[in-house]
Amino acid sequence: MPITANMEFFIDATRCIGCQACAQACSECDTHKGHSMIHLEYLDRAHSVQSAPVVCMHCDSPTCAEVCPADAIKRTDDGVVQTARKPRCIACNNCVLACPFGVPKMKTEFKLMMKCDMCYDRTSAGKRPMCATVCPSQALFYGTREQIEEMRPRSAGINQFKFGEQIITTKVNMMKPRTGEAKYVDVTAAMKEQASGKNITLNILDSVFE
Amino acid sequence: MLQQDREQITVAPDGRPDSEQPQWRQDFPVDSPQDNYVARRDFTKFLVLTSLAFAIGQFWIAVQNFFRERRGEWPIQRIAGVDEIPIGGALTFLYPTEHDQCVMVRPSQQGFVAFSRQCTHLSCSVVPEPDKGRFYCPCHEGAFDFATGSPIAGPPRRPLSRIKLDFKQGVIYATGVELRTL
Repeated sequence: MPITANMEFFIDATRCIGCQACAQACSECDTHKGHSMIHLEYLDRAHSVQSAPVVCMHCDSPTCAEVCPADAIKRTDDGVVQTARKPRCIACNNCVLACPFGVPKMKTEFKLMMKCDMCYDRTSAGKRPMCATVCPSQALFYGTREQIEEMRPRSAGINQFKFGEQIITTKVNMMKPRTGEAKYVDVTAAMKEQASGKNITLNILDSVFE
Repeated sequence: MLQQDREQITVAPDGRPDSEQPQWRQDFPVDSPQDNYVARRDFTKFLVLTSLAFAIGQFWIAVQNFFRERRGEWPIQRIAGVDEIPIGGALTFLYPTEHDQCVMVRPSQQGFVAFSRQCTHLSCSVVPEPDKGRFYCPCHEGAFDFATGSPIAGPPRRPLSRIKLDFKQGVIYATGVELRTL
């Protein structure tokens, strides 16, 4: 049974508190039991507590599948890019290097690329993905577009990302402020920006050391 | 070939429609339904070509048989004198060419038999072991009967090829190779 079209995934990294609940829940998913497929990244650990969860964005033209020399990465008709097919995967790491979001994980012990498949066993049966069910701040949200608009009146999802000259349209949405006319997230331009947390200094002890 | 009735959801990176995409993109589709689908025409093509290959194979076997029968007589080669080989002993020789190892054994006073040393499993050289009454193949622990060359242990299923012998004035000659299946 395919995933119904109105159910969508929304990531709001600004709400992430870095609690690792998603990583734990992910490793309990039956499609990749014991192995967490979610990436919980720290942006600038020295200066900021900001963390960002990264699940597979399920691109419209999956770069991982484009670069696969073994024709192992397939996308189901509901748009979910699946883990590499075990009989075909040659563990060459091409997909790991090519994915613009850094999603695929090479499991050398299985000689297999495994990746987030949006908990296909759950979502195809009408349930929510493991990470979205446990996320306490709902930085990872799975539901309809109407639900998220009602819950987050100041945010809206965006699903286009620009890497260099290429614009990638994804199935998963990233939350952005509702105001603003941005058509896509320019990822390569944003890479030059410094984390804003760098400017925060604690000055409460300044008088002590003077 | 892409099936138009199967929904194609994956977009090529350049964004052009499927009709303008190169052939390899149709042969290696990203979408699972396309990848799993075998068109009736492709299946029929597979059946016809496979049957054709089998049919040609049959003719090839017939042609080979035709030439094998016309190849002419086997060479006649002197092996040894009757008294050069003791009872229960074995003697190796090369026949019909210098690359074909053979062995002649004498299980009894009157009984001379000769076999090719090529194991019928994977063509290793068998070693005569007269004290155990067998030919032994060290590659996969195969064994053949000493007197008849029939398989008695291990993976081989067919007996060793028998060398036809001829006796003239106390001298043994090899006169042919008999390939056996049973």
